[in-house]
Amino acid sequence: MGTSVFYFVATLSIIFSLMVIFSKNPIHSVLYLILTFFTFTVHYVLLNAQFLAVVNFIVYMGAIMVLFLFVLMLLNLNKENEPNKSSLVKILGVIAGGCLIVTLVGSLKAVSINTPLVLQNPNLGLVKNLGKELFGPFMLPFELSSILLLTAMVGAVLLTKKEEKANG
Amino acid sequence: MDINFIIEKFLLVTILFAISLLIAMYSTYAERKVAAFLQDRLGPDRAGPFGILQPLADGIKMFMKEEIVPSNASKWLFMVGPGLAMLCACIGTAVIPWGQDLNVGGRIIPLQVTDINVGVLYLFGVVSLGVYGVMIGGWASNNKYSLLSAIRAASQNISYEVAMGLSIIALLLVTNTLSLKEIVAQQHGWHWNVIYQPLGFIIFMICSFAETNRAPFDLPECETELIGGYHTEYSSMKLGFYLFAEYINMFVSSAVMATLYFGGYNYPGMDWVATQVGPVAAPLIGTAVLFLKIFMFIFFFMWVRWTIPRFRYDQLMNLGWKGLIPLAIANIIITGIVIAVVNKF
Repeated sequence: MGTSVFYFVATLSIIFSLMVIFSKNPIHSVLYLILTFFTFTVHYVLLNAQFLAVVNFIVYMGAIMVLFLFVLMLLNLNKENEPNKSSLVKILGVIAGGCLIVTLVGSLKAVSINTPLVLQNPNLGLVKNLGKELFGPFMLPFELSSILLLTAMVGAVLLTKKEEKANG
Repeated sequence: MDINFIIEKFLLVTILFAISLLIAMYSTYAERKVAAFLQDRLGPDRAGPFGILQPLADGIKMFMKEEIVPSNASKWLFMVGPGLAMLCACIGTAVIPWGQDLNVGGRIIPLQVTDINVGVLYLFGVVSLGVYGVMIGGWASNNKYSLLSAIRAASQNISYEVAMGLSIIALLLVTNTLSLKEIVAQQHGWHWNVIYQPLGFIIFMICSFAETNRAPFDLPECETELIGGYHTEYSSMKLGFYLFAEYINMFVSSAVMATLYFGGYNYPGMDWVATQVGPVAAPLIGTAVLFLKIFMFIFFFMWVRWTIPRFRYDQLMNLGWKGLIPLAIANIIITGIVIAVVNKF
């Protein structure tokens, strides 16, 4: 039953992510992206990674996509005021996309040669075990990434502040 | 899978759904009665004795009204909006433990649809999803007031979610678990979390008001600035769904507050009562007590609505970002220090 559910959800993820690219309206794109993230949440649940599933649910579906939708609604993008892209930009985009595909295919080939990774502890994704791992062996990377996030946040706040004129 | 298990869960889900709808229906009646009481009026009293059939009359009216879809609206999303609002409001009840396990003839029946070990986070996720119904409906209406209201709802929810999440973290420091069933079981015998987390509870409650778009934070429906807010263009039962979803949200967040902070189904002297009435009736009394607590919170929601005037938008944002978030962070730090000191000695 597990594999058939996986194939069903995987098909849905691919369909929704294709719809993200192909829909004309940016708001519809974002809504399809939300559905894509929802299917990812289901994937995490199938992998028994409950914490990751629920965090994906809260952070990506609940917070980040709300902000995306928020910004798009404010901008109110439509056909008339869409900026004209020059053909040079389009060609550059195609080249960049092609490079990305080559990299992805290359890395996937490398993965298929290696023996598949076997998870030693299937309950690793539960909150308790994950917390013990994060605050035990992975303490330093965890704290470093939190400092990185804090820096990014301070930077974002600083960027939004207008520079005060230096009139003494 | 056991067939009895499926029947049990199906029954439980159906009953919960029916109760949510019933409570939402009678909340509309209660809201008007409470408003009337606070303003020294009578309130609805025509349909049936004491106006008790008023919600039914309102419901029939909603169904009979003409269905209008604005010509430039995005038709599909216009329909999805109210449905999504209703869905997000209803799925929150799944993880709340409504009572102790029932013991019917040796068979243990838990009065909780599912006890996932990330229950608190699940509830938080449902809360954060709730805003999509409002946003999609507001945008699909193709009306600038609806759009403004949708944007307000989004920024309000995002802002207050932060403080809400931080107040939950302080609670989790005390409980050491994310499972709602265990959180309630720990509060047995007057160990109610509100005693250990008074500040956290106040922050959580204020955020619940903001998340359910209730006064004094009902900025998305501010009539004086935005006509009707995000549901300006809605008519008939679609409008009914939005209004209903608000009351169901109120019911669910009351249940969450009662569960997280006020002991859930626990009440003083429950062990003694359990020895007197037997293993079937005792959990049901606990459920009744939980509902009593929920009704108290719903009354409190209404009391506040008819007492405190609406905030201004900048006041709302100031309170959220400069008031509640620093307070919640201070609460986490103090809780952490106290727990460390208590564990040490």
